[in-house]
Amino acid sequence: MFEIDKWQEIYSTVRKNKLRTFLTGFSVAWGIFMLILLLGSGSGLENGVKEQFKGGATNGVWISSGQTSLKFKGLKTGRQIKFTNEDYKSIKTTVEGYDHISARLFLGNKLISYKNEYGSFFLSPCHPDYGFIKEVDMIQGRFLNTMDINEFRKVAIIGEKVKATLFKGVDTIAMGNYIKINGVLFQVVGVFRDYSRNDDEQKRVYIPISTAQRVFQGENVINQISYTTGNATEQEADLMIKKSKAILAKMHTFDVEDNRAINVWNKNEEVRKFKALFAGIRLFIWIIGIGTIIAGIVGVSNIMMIVVKERTKEIGIRKSLGATPWSIVALIMQEAIVITAFAGYIGLVLGVGLLEIVSKNMPPSDFFLNPSADFSVAVSATILLIIAGAIAGFFPAMKAARVNPVEALRDE
Amino acid sequence: MIKINQIHKSYITGQNSLHVLKGIDLEIEAGEMISIMGASGSGKSTLLNILGILDSYDSGEYSLDGLKINRLSERKAARLRNKMLGFVFQSFNLVSFKNAMENVALPLYYQDVPRKKRNLIAMEYLERMGLTEWAHHLPNELSGGQKQRVAIARALIGKPKVILADEPTGALDSVTSSEVMDILQEVNATGITVIIVTHEHDIAMRTRKTIRITDGNITEIIIN
Repeated sequence: MFEIDKWQEIYSTVRKNKLRTFLTGFSVAWGIFMLILLLGSGSGLENGVKEQFKGGATNGVWISSGQTSLKFKGLKTGRQIKFTNEDYKSIKTTVEGYDHISARLFLGNKLISYKNEYGSFFLSPCHPDYGFIKEVDMIQGRFLNTMDINEFRKVAIIGEKVKATLFKGVDTIAMGNYIKINGVLFQVVGVFRDYSRNDDEQKRVYIPISTAQRVFQGENVINQISYTTGNATEQEADLMIKKSKAILAKMHTFDVEDNRAINVWNKNEEVRKFKALFAGIRLFIWIIGIGTIIAGIVGVSNIMMIVVKERTKEIGIRKSLGATPWSIVALIMQEAIVITAFAGYIGLVLGVGLLEIVSKNMPPSDFFLNPSADFSVAVSATILLIIAGAIAGFFPAMKAARVNPVEALRDE
Repeated sequence: MIKINQIHKSYITGQNSLHVLKGIDLEIEAGEMISIMGASGSGKSTLLNILGILDSYDSGEYSLDGLKINRLSERKAARLRNKMLGFVFQSFNLVSFKNAMENVALPLYYQDVPRKKRNLIAMEYLERMGLTEWAHHLPNELSGGQKQRVAIARALIGKPKVILADEPTGALDSVTSSEVMDILQEVNATGITVIIVTHEHDIAMRTRKTIRITDGNITEIIIN
């Protein structure tokens, strides 16, 4: 079917009607160009938001204490709820289905120093499991372990940025050295990297929560309890959260319905919401893009109708020489497919090129990252183009196949 | 070679029915060279179209080389035209964007002959027509006589059994007309049946038999 003659024929008709072919091709190229831009922007937005979700398991649940906002059993509103180790223990023993659980203490930024270097970094006391919940990536040493908690060890896991500030110089090894946190010496046992783009996440220091309570606080208060829901389904995860709420409500005497006494942040729910949102956006983009391409197809189809009309005599000649109807259909369809595919490919390349330029030169933004049309999009667009070309050529081709040679060859 | 029996053909245009062929009987032997003459509207072109399987007929019988031609599918008709028949037209009907060689090779394209081979064969036929130097010229760079010789070469390349020529000299001056007729006679001499529709007397005189059609009937058969 793709013989050199047919290419020559397409080339010669295209050359004879440059402007017409250009305008037709342009409408198709424009359609694809817009589709790629839209899809690329969609993916840029999606990547940007996904980036915001990085640095933490997608099935994580974070429960923080807040202030009551509803009256309950004669107690006033505005009561500050304070979590303690007891809360952590009862959730740990009562709620089923989690795979990692940790309590956290918020001590804010602390002055941390090593020899003459110092800086203010966010201190994050927690349990060993928090490494899994936050998906902490160790680049040196280890994260916290149970022994650290049980023996109140003064050990610290520092972020890459913390290391860079405190341990200046290439050959300075952080591991094993003692840093001073608010005047207390802690041994560095690990260095981590956080996937989040947020700078603050890199400037953290993790220490055992038991040690922190004893050294910096002197009581058993905690600020947050977090866990991952393992392989739980949405419903099971919701049930786990509900159970945790009930336990905390009972221990602290507040209304279970009071959403401000404790704050629950269910990452899975947020991820789900965004996934649904982006599925919607993508569908919308495809609908608009396909609409634009249909306009192009109608254009090509129209032009091909004129082409068939102009070539009626030639088709008649071919039929008299023994061209079967199918060979005529193939002739016209191939031309339509070639014009659409070629023009569409140009649109594709231009669209992808523009996206590349934009993503290379764009100032970093929190909600827009790497706008790009990936390989699967390019493949779908290509398939779409060929189908589009076939549709564009089909009706004119059928018309051509029905050309009556007697009428076509009549001398007038 | 060709046997037709009581062929009727009407064209229906709106309310009116135009009875073009009113029961034609004709037998043409293999290797004959005949001419069909008649005034315009007499039905001679319709008859040629039916013989060329380009048009259908309403009733009667037509057999070509022993094959019954009746309500063939377009595909089969195309195959038969390709294998059995060669057409020569008054206005040459060359494909304008193809050069002489490609035009001649076109029937072989529909026989799935590879490009190189069919171009080689086309060159042989052009050589026979004395057009080797013009092989790579487009039709609009050729004279009328040259165009008609290209058309004849194209009609011959499929090794047909019958050549159907519709006013082959209608657009040519008398000298060129005579040359074209020389070629058609040479073709006939190789054993190919040649049927020429014409309204020129001296052209008809150069065939062995002239069939005169008047108002859809054969009125006269003259042996020249």
